[in-house]
Amino acid sequence: MTSLPPPPAKKLGLVIDLDTCVGCQACVTACKGWNDQGHGAPLSDQDARGADPSGTFLNRVHSYEVTPPDAAARIVHFPRSCLHCDNAPCVTVCPTGASYKRAADGIVLVNEDACIGCGLCAWACPYGARELDAAAGVMKKCTLCVDRIDNATLAEQDRVPACVRTCPTGARHFGDLADPESAVSRLVAERGGYELMPEQGTRPTNRYLPPRPRDRIDDEAPLAPLLDIRPAGLAGWLDRVLGRL
Amino acid sequence: MHPAPSVILFTVLSGAGFGLLGLLGLGPALGAAPSGGLAALLLWGLGYALAGAGLIASGFHLGRPERALRAFSQWRSSWLSREAWATVAALLASAPVALASILGRPLPVAAGLVSGLICLATVLVTAMIYAQLKTVPRWHHWTVPALFAGFALTGGAILAGFGPFAALPALALGALMILAFRIGDGRFAAAGSTLATATGLGPAAGGGLRSFAPPHTGSNYLMREMIHVVGRRHARRLRRIAVLAGAVLPALILAALPAGILATALAAILHLAGALAQRWLFFAEAEHVVGLYYGAR
Repeated sequence: MTSLPPPPAKKLGLVIDLDTCVGCQACVTACKGWNDQGHGAPLSDQDARGADPSGTFLNRVHSYEVTPPDAAARIVHFPRSCLHCDNAPCVTVCPTGASYKRAADGIVLVNEDACIGCGLCAWACPYGARELDAAAGVMKKCTLCVDRIDNATLAEQDRVPACVRTCPTGARHFGDLADPESAVSRLVAERGGYELMPEQGTRPTNRYLPPRPRDRIDDEAPLAPLLDIRPAGLAGWLDRVLGRL
Repeated sequence: MHPAPSVILFTVLSGAGFGLLGLLGLGPALGAAPSGGLAALLLWGLGYALAGAGLIASGFHLGRPERALRAFSQWRSSWLSREAWATVAALLASAPVALASILGRPLPVAAGLVSGLICLATVLVTAMIYAQLKTVPRWHHWTVPALFAGFALTGGAILAGFGPFAALPALALGALMILAFRIGDGRFAAAGSTLATATGLGPAAGGGLRSFAPPHTGSNYLMREMIHVVGRRHARRLRRIAVLAGAVLPALILAALPAGILATALAAILHLAGALAQRWLFFAEAEHVVGLYYGAR
C-alpha cells in the first residue's frame, strides 16, 4: 500500500555530523559491502574494472568548498543517503505498492519482488536517495540496515546500520528521532541539527549537524618576521665586509 | 531529465491516439458527420494503433516489464497506477462505440460522449505523472496537463479529419507552447531549491559554496537519469521547430488547403514531428533538484 501511514510513534533515522566527517568513504564501502549480500538484490557494478565504471550505491559522500567572507575557507564532506521522510513522495508515486513506509518505525523500504523498475520514485526524490540497479532492474535504497538493527543473532553493538558501525570518527549516529530524550534527539537540539531542502515539504527524519564555526587565522603569514633577520656578531661583520667588496 | 526514446514515443503516440479516439467518440456530440464503413475502420484502427504503440513503447521504460500488471494496484495514491486504469477504461469504453460506428449502426450520442471524455481524461492523468513532481519545478505546473491536452486535441482533430476546424486547437496549442516555455524557464529559480538548501550549508558558507569533488569519478544512475545537458544546446532551435511544425504550419495548411487526405496527412506528419521536438525538450530542459548536489543541472 503506497499511501503513507500516520506519523509513526518511533522514527528511526540518522544524524550526520558534518563537523566531524572527514570524507574517508568508509561508510560508503561498509554500506556497499553489507547490502551487497543481505536484504534483496545485490548492489551491482557495471564495467567495474573497465574504462567507464558505474554501480549502485545507497550512500554517497560529496565534498563541498565553503568560503565564507569572514571566516576561514574549509572543505565540508557531505554523506548523502535516504532521509526516511515522513512525507515521502517516493512512496505515494509508486504504482505497485513496492515502495512503502513502515508504520512501526518510519523506515522507507522497497519490496523488490513487486518493483517494476519504472523509476518514478527516483524522480520523485529530491535527495537522489534511490538508484535503479542496472542488473536486477529494481529500485535500491538505504534500508537503515533493517537486517542488522533487528537482528538478534548479531552482537548488541552491531545492531546499528553498517555505515554507523564503521564510521571511524563517530560522525554518524543512529536512533529514534521521535523520542526527544534519545541521544540523537539531544544531539540535534544541542547542535542545531537541520533538515535538507525543507522547501520540498518532504519532512525528512534524518538530521545534519552543521560544521562548528572555526577561528579565523589573524596572522596569515606567521613566518614573515623570519624574512627580516638582521645578522649580528661574526655573521654581521662578514655581511658588512662582503657587502663592501 | 534524460529524454529516453521510450517515454518520448509513449507520450507522443498515446497522446495522439487517445486524442483521436476521444474526438472520434465526441464527434457526433460536437456535430461532426458520423463516418461509417472503411473510413471509420481506418480512423478507429489508427487511434487504437497509436495508443497501443505508445503503451508498448512505455513498457521498454520498465526494469521488470513482466510485472507490469502490478501497476493496477495503487490507484488510490499513484498517478501512474491511475493511468493504467484510465488507459484500460478508455480502450474498453471506445470499443463498442468504434464497432457500432464501423458497422454503420452508431450508438446513441451519449455513449461516444462518455468514451471520448474518458480518452481525454487519460491524457490528463498521464500529464499528472509529470506535473505531480515537485522535484522537477518546470513540470510542477498547470501548463503540463494543459500542453498534454492541447497536443491530444490538436493531433486528434487533425487525424480525425476535422479539416479547417483543427486549426483552432492547433493555434491555441502554439500559444500555449510559447507560454509554457516562458513560464518554465523561471520555475527552477522560483522553487527556491539551491545548493545551500540542499546541503544546509548556506549559513556556514555565507554565499561561498560550491561542489568541490563529486562522490564518484564515473557516472551513475542519478546523473544519467536526472542530469541531462546534451539536448539543451539546441533548445532555442528546437523550440521554434516545435511551435512551427507542431502548431503554426498545420494550422496554415488546414486553413489554406482544401480539406482532404492530402491536407490531413501533411498536417498530421508536421504536427507529430513538432510534438516529438516538444517532447524531447520537455525532458531535456527539465531540471531535477538532485543535480544541485552535483553542482550541475
